[in-house]
Amino acid sequence: MWNQVVIRREEDMLGIIRQRVASKANPVSSLEQGIRLIASRAFSSSAKEMTVRDALNSALDEEMSADPKVFIMGEEVGEYQGAYKITKGLLDKYGPERVVDTPITEAGFTGIGVGAAYYGLRPVIEFMTFNFSMQAIDHIINSAAKSNYMSAGQISVPIVFRGPNGAAAGVGAQHSQCYAAWYGACPGLKVLAPYSSEDARGLLKAAIRDPDPVVFLENELLYGESFPVSAEALDSSFSLPIGKAKIEREGRDVTITAFSKMVGYALQAAEILAKEGISAEVINLRSIRPLDRSTINASVRKTNRLVTLEEGFPQHGVGAEICASVVEESFEYLDAPVERIAGADVPMPYAANLERLAVPQVEDIVRAAKRACYRSSSLSASA
Amino acid sequence: MAQLTHRTSSLLKPLSFALSSTRHLSSTTPITVETSLPFTGHNIEPPSRSVETTPQELIKFFRDMALMRRMEIASDSLYKAKLIRGFCHLYDGQEAVAVGMESAITRKDCIITAYRDHCLFLGRGGTLVEAFAELMGRKEGCSKGKGGSMHFYKKEGGFYGGHGIVGAQVPLGCGLAFAQKYSKDENVTFAMYGDGAANQGQLFEALNMAALWDLPAILVCENNHYGMGTAEWRAAKSPAYYKRGDYVPGLKVDGMDAFAVKQACKFAKEHALKNGPIILEMDTYRYHGHSMSDPGSTYRTRDEISGVRQERDPVERIRKLVLAHDLATEKELKDTEKEIRKEVDDAIAKAKESPLPDPSELFTNIYVKGYGVESYGADRKELRAVLP
Repeated sequence: MWNQVVIRREEDMLGIIRQRVASKANPVSSLEQGIRLIASRAFSSSAKEMTVRDALNSALDEEMSADPKVFIMGEEVGEYQGAYKITKGLLDKYGPERVVDTPITEAGFTGIGVGAAYYGLRPVIEFMTFNFSMQAIDHIINSAAKSNYMSAGQISVPIVFRGPNGAAAGVGAQHSQCYAAWYGACPGLKVLAPYSSEDARGLLKAAIRDPDPVVFLENELLYGESFPVSAEALDSSFSLPIGKAKIEREGRDVTITAFSKMVGYALQAAEILAKEGISAEVINLRSIRPLDRSTINASVRKTNRLVTLEEGFPQHGVGAEICASVVEESFEYLDAPVERIAGADVPMPYAANLERLAVPQVEDIVRAAKRACYRSSSLSASA
Repeated sequence: MAQLTHRTSSLLKPLSFALSSTRHLSSTTPITVETSLPFTGHNIEPPSRSVETTPQELIKFFRDMALMRRMEIASDSLYKAKLIRGFCHLYDGQEAVAVGMESAITRKDCIITAYRDHCLFLGRGGTLVEAFAELMGRKEGCSKGKGGSMHFYKKEGGFYGGHGIVGAQVPLGCGLAFAQKYSKDENVTFAMYGDGAANQGQLFEALNMAALWDLPAILVCENNHYGMGTAEWRAAKSPAYYKRGDYVPGLKVDGMDAFAVKQACKFAKEHALKNGPIILEMDTYRYHGHSMSDPGSTYRTRDEISGVRQERDPVERIRKLVLAHDLATEKELKDTEKEIRKEVDDAIAKAKESPLPDPSELFTNIYVKGYGVESYGADRKELRAVLP
């Protein structure tokens, strides 16, 4: 029903636009462009939009419904409906045995979650932010990640650790760290970082179904953002493959890798670069571990230039690993040094202007891409 | 009683049954034994000192503990011969805890412990060959040689390891109990830890949640009075570990008396299934140092060690009981010990024949599902593998 109304609307819009454009005597190509633009907007409004929050909530709901062994544990996940409302409604639906509110004791409840996973349950442990996971990091690494190996396959750990990661807005140094690089270094863990709502749904479902421990890095500032979701993504059997990156935007001149919130920034930078004649290919990593080295390298072999982008600290970061991988696998294809955009090498300051300097901005990404293309105005005439 | 006849034990050989059949008591005639000391309760009425047993169980206790003792002594020699590397934490002296606990529970109950795990592994159905091969890092080891002394597991026997980080096993154990309750299993988990780990914060975090949620978790403090080189009075403001649960009831148990341990574990299991967590403090002793790198005599006197061996040795205690009840002669018990020695020697010889793991095993079991991802050796251009 709904779709039909939209199509009619689209036809009307096209009709109206056609008249308007015709009267201005525009060349045919702009008319076509105009129709295409209106049509695409109309098509996207016919697709369902979903916030990342709803995407995560629906994924949890569906996986809990499908498998009685899945349960949620964490602070405020039940009666409070979730500190960020990700678990809203789940306590009412599944009861307190499956949506378990804990005291503020990360080491304790993370250990309890891992022990439950040893027994064969499928816990989803929520950290209010990943900064608090540091209190439980021994259980994530030593009790969860390494157990299958140390026991030669006897003790598998089908657990998901999820929560917001990285900087929010004005929360200061102890609440803003990005843990992608630290967790991404550990064999035995899988580390995922969704960007869009489809990412959130597909990757969370894959993580819950996965038999290994998964660290699922969300982003607080993305929770409220809406993205279109396909009909396929809305199906309860939907999931995305772990270890596969997504080319968000195809390009020819420079590759930009990013994950989580930074994907949005990279896409904005790509728009700006396009106007200046630089066609940027934006890769949404989706998976920090396993890292999709083949997609990254294939892209760099095509564009010959690379900018890595992340919010976290630069030293030993995700970008450093990507740079090493590209230098090892695709050295001859590089026409310029790899550029790294990352969070500043400082604890996160509070003052708004300093905070802005501590996180990558779109203009930083544009500038780095231009440098990679030898189009920087600050360079002497070497191009 | 039925429990005893149904329990399969890889440790018990047919010959031992012959021992008791020559006596006037049948192997299942009930015998009552008094524990060495009364139990002390914290916020709970302690169980009685009278423990029901049978000739079969008495003989089994002797055999099982003597086997565990022999295995640990043999491991000492293997370590000194450099066939065992790294860490090796021996349990000799503490055997009564492992054996008494096993006799009170089933393999559906779970046990989790720290790194002093060889004897508990044996009690849960692990074999000597699996143990020695693992210690020597061989393929036939219970963890295929990839775990080592501190990482023995036997999931089908309800043994969840084998953990190297002091104290971590206690929240994990409470997690096993959580899962048992979630699954409505009517079984319990024994989460074991030492006097050193008893001060860990995560223990109290987990205990709080276990008490809040009435989890069937039994926390067992194997108090051998020394956390590595630090005596309990130097590490704990209150070394009354059975009281440290505060609102959680506790029981102090003579850990050198296998029957006291059996009674306490039976009592604790019944309690935990109805009322949630309970703490058992086993007053025990280790003859070896903390590990093979520790002579164990710089922080305690040799007199103390030999004193315990003379007065409280758990194997000797059972030997005296067997003799007192006329279930076997001294010679028969010595013969049993000789058999055990041979059994252990044979197992070591077999374990020595087992090869080291294939180099491809470097890359197995990292994940259950590897998605065809690559993993790398030290020189990734030289050594890489695809994870299945």
